[in-house]
Amino acid sequence: MGLGILYDSTLCVGCRECEKACAARWKLPYNDKIGAEEQISAHKLTAVQSRGDHFSRRLCMHCDEPTCVSVCLVGAFQKTALGPVIYNQDKCIGCRYCMLACPFKVPVYEWSSRLPRVRKCDMCFDRLRAGKPTACAEACPTGATACGERNQLIAEAKKRIAEKPDQYFPRIYGVEEAGGTSTLFLSAVPFEQLGLPVNLPNAALPKLTWQVLSRTPDVASLAGVLLGGIYWITHRREAVAAAESDPLRERKQ
Amino acid sequence: MRKLLELPQTKFWRIVFFLILLGGAAGLYVRFMYGLGGATNLSDAFPWGLWKGFNVLAGIGLGAGGFTVAATVHVFNLKRYRPILRIALMTAFLGYSLMAVALTIDIGRPYRIWHPIFMWNEHSVLFEVAWCVMLYLTVLSLELAPAVCERFGWQKILTWIRAISAPVVIVGVILSTLHQSSLGSLFLIVPEKLYPLWYTPLLPVLFFISAVCAGLAMVIFASWQSHRALGKQLAVPLLDGLARVLAVILLFYLSVRFVDLSRRDVLGVVLLNRRETWLFLLEIALLGIPMLLLFQSRIRGSAHALYICSLMVLFGFVANRLNVAITGLESSLGTHYLPKWPELMITLSLVSVGFAVFRAAALHLPLFIEGEPQLEAEKELEPVSV
Repeated sequence: MGLGILYDSTLCVGCRECEKACAARWKLPYNDKIGAEEQISAHKLTAVQSRGDHFSRRLCMHCDEPTCVSVCLVGAFQKTALGPVIYNQDKCIGCRYCMLACPFKVPVYEWSSRLPRVRKCDMCFDRLRAGKPTACAEACPTGATACGERNQLIAEAKKRIAEKPDQYFPRIYGVEEAGGTSTLFLSAVPFEQLGLPVNLPNAALPKLTWQVLSRTPDVASLAGVLLGGIYWITHRREAVAAAESDPLRERKQ
Repeated sequence: MRKLLELPQTKFWRIVFFLILLGGAAGLYVRFMYGLGGATNLSDAFPWGLWKGFNVLAGIGLGAGGFTVAATVHVFNLKRYRPILRIALMTAFLGYSLMAVALTIDIGRPYRIWHPIFMWNEHSVLFEVAWCVMLYLTVLSLELAPAVCERFGWQKILTWIRAISAPVVIVGVILSTLHQSSLGSLFLIVPEKLYPLWYTPLLPVLFFISAVCAGLAMVIFASWQSHRALGKQLAVPLLDGLARVLAVILLFYLSVRFVDLSRRDVLGVVLLNRRETWLFLLEIALLGIPMLLLFQSRIRGSAHALYICSLMVLFGFVANRLNVAITGLESSLGTHYLPKWPELMITLSLVSVGFAVFRAAALHLPLFIEGEPQLEAEKELEPVSV
C-alpha cells in the first residue's frame, strides 16, 4: 500500500524543526522570518501553523488518486508505488492547472522567476528509496510527525485514539478524504479547525472528469456517423433533385 | 504596415489602437523580464486569471461561429447561409489564433508550448483540449484556404482542398463539439471550490450550448462591423435566420441552466445577497434580454437592433466564462483577484489585433461572397462529386 506520513497535532509543540529539516533537504534558505510565514510557498514546502490552542502542518497529502496527476496535460506528476507523488520539472509547461485543481491547495509556483517551476513536498522520495524516513519525521523531537507504512500508521493512529479517547477527535483525516491520502492527520479538534478542507467527497476527484472524458471516443465516433449521415442525406436529396430537373437527363442515360 | 492593415480612417481610433499596442508591448516586456509575478496579480492562492478566463475560455467560445456555420452550410446543406460562412470562419480563426498567443504568454515556460504533442496524459481534460484546438486550427486553415487560393488564383490547390472539404468540415464539427464542452469539463474537478451557481456536472453541456450562442452572436457582430466600417453588404435576411436560431438556443440554454439549478436544489442560493448572486443575475440578464428581443421579428428585421442584441449575448457569454474561471472561485480560494495592468493591456492588445487583422482580411480576401459566381460553378460540380 505504500508509505505515508502521520501528523499528530496533539503531540506537536510548534518547534518548527520539520520546517528547518525540510528547507535543508531542498537546499532552501531558512531563518526566523521565513519560519514566521505560516503558508507554504515556493521557498517553504511545509509550514507549521498556529491555530488557536493547536498546531497544524501544511504539506502535500500524497493522494492515492491525485488530482494533480490527473489534470496535468503533459503528465509531469506521478504517483509512485512507494507512496510519494512526485513532479518532473522538465515536462512542466507552467499551465498551473494542478494548482487550481488540487483540493488541498498544495502545489505552489515560483512566481518571480523567469523560468518558474511548480514546487511541492515529494515526501523525500530519494530518502524513502534509500530506506530512510522523511526529513521532517527524522527531525521531529516529539513524534508528532511519523513516517512509515501507511497501513501501520493507520493502525497506530487508531490505537492512539482508542487509548486516549478524551484527547482525540475520533477520526483519522486522510483515510477516506478525496479517495484516501498517504498523509494522515490526527487532531484534538474537528479537522476544519486545523485548516483542512472537510467538504471533499470521499470519492477521488479525478473520477469526476474521467466519467466525462472517457466518453470522448464514443462522442467522436457517434458524432462522425451522425454528421456523415446528415451530410449524405442532404446532399443526396440535392443530387436527386438536380438529376430529376436536368433536361439532359434522357441523353445522359 | 499602415497600408497593409488599412487602419481606420478616423485619427482618434488610430491613436487609440497604437496606444493600446504600446501598452501591450510594455506589458509583454514586464511579463518576460519580471515573470508572471511581476506582470500579473496571480498568486499561489489564485493561479488562473484574466488570460485563462478571458483569452482562453472566452476566446475559444467566441470562435464557435466557425463550426456552427460550417455545419449549417456543408453538413445540413443550407446553402443560403454560404455568404456568411467565411466571416464565421475568419472570426473562429482569429479567436483561436489569438487564444494560442495568449496561452503562450500565460504559461510559465512559453518555449515548452509544444510539449503536449509528445508528452501525453489522456486522463487530463486540458490534454484533450490542447489536441482538439491544435487539430481544429489546422481544420480552420483548410476551411479558409479557398479564400486565399481564390485571391491569388491557385486553382490547383483549390480543387484539391474542395475534394477533401466534406470530411474536413465534419472533423472540424466533431473537434469543436469535443473541446467546447471540455472547456467546461476543466472545472468538473473543483466541486468544492466553484460556487454552486456555476458548478454542475452539466458544465460540459452548458459550455457547448453557450459556445454555439456566442459563435452565432459573433457572426452577427462581425457582419455588422464589416458593414459599418467597410461598407460591405449586410445580408439581413440571413442574419435574421441566424438570430432566430440564436433566440431558440438561448431559450434552451437558459432552460437547461434553471432546470439544473432547481434539480441540484441551489435555486435558493440566488436569493442570497452576495457578489456572486449579482454577477449571476447580470450574466442571465445579458443572455435573457436579447433572447426575448430576438423572438420578435420587428427586432430581427432591424440591423441596428440585431447588433445590440448580439453585443449583449457576447457580453453575457464572456461574463459567464469569467464567472466560472474567476469570480465563482474567489470566495472558496479566499482571495480577490483583479488583473494587473500588463494583463489588461496584453488582453486589450490581442483584441485590437483581432479587429485589425479581421479588417485587413475583409478588405483583401474574398470573405464576402455577394454576386455568387462560384455558387453557380459548384452547383455543376456537386452532383458529379456525390
